[in-house]
Amino acid sequence: MIRRALSSLGAWFGERLELEDSVMAVLLHPVPAALERRIGWWYIFGSVTLAVFIVQIATGVGLAMTYVPAPNSAYDTLQFITHDATLGAIVRGIHYWGAGAMVVIVLVHMTQVFLFGAYKYPREINWLSGSLLLLATLAMAFTGQLLRWDQDAFWAIVVAAEQAARAPFIGDWLARLIVAGDTVGGATLTRFYATHVFLIPAAMFGLVGLHLYLVVKRGISEPPAPGEVVDRKTYRQRYAALLHRGIPFWPDAMYRDVIGAFVAVVVVIVLAFVIGPPALGKPADPTVVVADPRPDWYFLGYFALLALIPRDAESLVIIGLPTFAVLYLFALPILFPAGERHWSRRPIALAVVALPFVAYGALTIAGFSSPWVPKLEGVAQPPWPIAGLSQSELHGSDLFVSKSCFACHRISGGGGQRGPDLTTVASRVPRDRIVERILTGGGGAMPAYSGSISPQDLDDLVAFLETRK
Amino acid sequence: MMDRRRFLSRLSVGLSAAIAALVGVPILGYLLAPLVQAGPDEYVDVGAADQFHDTTLVRFRDVSPLPWAGQLADTALWVRRRAASGDQQFQVFSVHCTHLGCPVNWRQDAGIFLCPCHGGVFYADGRVAGGPPERPLFERDWRVVDGRLQVRTAPLPTVKTKGA
Repeated sequence: MIRRALSSLGAWFGERLELEDSVMAVLLHPVPAALERRIGWWYIFGSVTLAVFIVQIATGVGLAMTYVPAPNSAYDTLQFITHDATLGAIVRGIHYWGAGAMVVIVLVHMTQVFLFGAYKYPREINWLSGSLLLLATLAMAFTGQLLRWDQDAFWAIVVAAEQAARAPFIGDWLARLIVAGDTVGGATLTRFYATHVFLIPAAMFGLVGLHLYLVVKRGISEPPAPGEVVDRKTYRQRYAALLHRGIPFWPDAMYRDVIGAFVAVVVVIVLAFVIGPPALGKPADPTVVVADPRPDWYFLGYFALLALIPRDAESLVIIGLPTFAVLYLFALPILFPAGERHWSRRPIALAVVALPFVAYGALTIAGFSSPWVPKLEGVAQPPWPIAGLSQSELHGSDLFVSKSCFACHRISGGGGQRGPDLTTVASRVPRDRIVERILTGGGGAMPAYSGSISPQDLDDLVAFLETRK
Repeated sequence: MMDRRRFLSRLSVGLSAAIAALVGVPILGYLLAPLVQAGPDEYVDVGAADQFHDTTLVRFRDVSPLPWAGQLADTALWVRRRAASGDQQFQVFSVHCTHLGCPVNWRQDAGIFLCPCHGGVFYADGRVAGGPPERPLFERDWRVVDGRLQVRTAPLPTVKTKGA
């Protein structure tokens, strides 16, 4: 009885809304029958990204209900969301982990499309719109971090502007556009806010629409087989024949997308509950110079790259590398629209995937420990053994901290890692070379102390280092 | 001779473009204004000249901040006292490292500026002492008027900033 009523209600709306032609046609559009095999699991990542994107919209709208994008209140409203608002920490946590999930899954999706050669004819614009969506996702991740409006966010904007300023010709303009004027100030945050919640999402809605339209209209690429090359003359005919024997997207293929989306959303929510949103640093303040700005984990590799590039190659890497990567993304389907799709016949494509992943992975690990960061805070008690030291050696031990040697050099597990570990320096380096190094610096990183250390202090410091064997 | 249909389609496309331009020009102008608007260029009082010794951080409020700017209307600079008076009395440095703009820290006992991001080091007079920076710390113009130290406003210094 109820079932019949519901069904006739559905039929009534279905006819009025022309669902047969729109929603049903999209749901039931045929996809290659090969997707029913295990390889079909590789095709879920686009849908999973979309699912997480929708989660981001929902949580983002929620956060925007409370967040006030003004420099004098943004930080306080975030504190409120995190500590006082009912479920505020969870919503913020979901938005944060969802952002990381989007970056990861969109990259997985892109890698799969690349390795399957799915960007080739006639799906070039699927790839191009997807590339723009990747850039938009990264831009969302970056602008989102800035809205936290803590010290990290403030200095990240400064560093972004400084990097943009290195671009040839338009560098100064870009920097001014990023900070919205002369300096990072009252106008900067509202710009980033509007960019994060209106500008980029509007572009993403349009691009997602185009992307999905093309996916349905052009059809999902069939799993590649070695030797089965894409030929512009015959491909569409062959694909049409394939679809003739195809299976309906709903539910034969789509159930996998839904399982993938479910797993992704559950992982995001569990992370939001267990680990929660990222801790807020100190509030943004240009006059507090004690800062150790670092980006969220998925940008740590890039952060590490900035620290590790040789000085002479800096501007080239900062401007050239992203430009090259973006140009490569956009040129790819134009340069290689036909030919082999299977990865086993495209060894260079495998290298193109493997190299950046390995390199970025290594840089990310380096970014987590960031040994190049000097330790700015001193210590009250030296972490190294001082028992049995003479008066002047003890003074040298104090000088090691107060003269900032400690910021870059490690002794017995305490101190920075920028310079060499000095735990056993006396057994490696003769006294006169230690003295010379302190006075004249060197190695590209160490300052010369000849102008700022007295002969007595130098003697004591060296006497202390001489005890490190 | 243009037929009616072609005329109407061109008219429609033309009018649509006109609508876009009418709305787009003011919006783009509004958005891009910061590119061409020069900020204030004046001297700001930061304190009595004889209160500055060694190298200290001076904090001051911007000249005409946006009402909602909060802390962001504050600026900090490193002021180094060099001489009792005269042209060499002060050196005023931007806190921004010349590498990528992070804030450099003055270490009084060591006599160096240290950058927390990538380990750039500068000597007391702003020269590069080590690390990734290529040029000395950015300096600000300053003057002493009636015993008060005044510093000149300046945009965020970047790699394109002239001088030094």
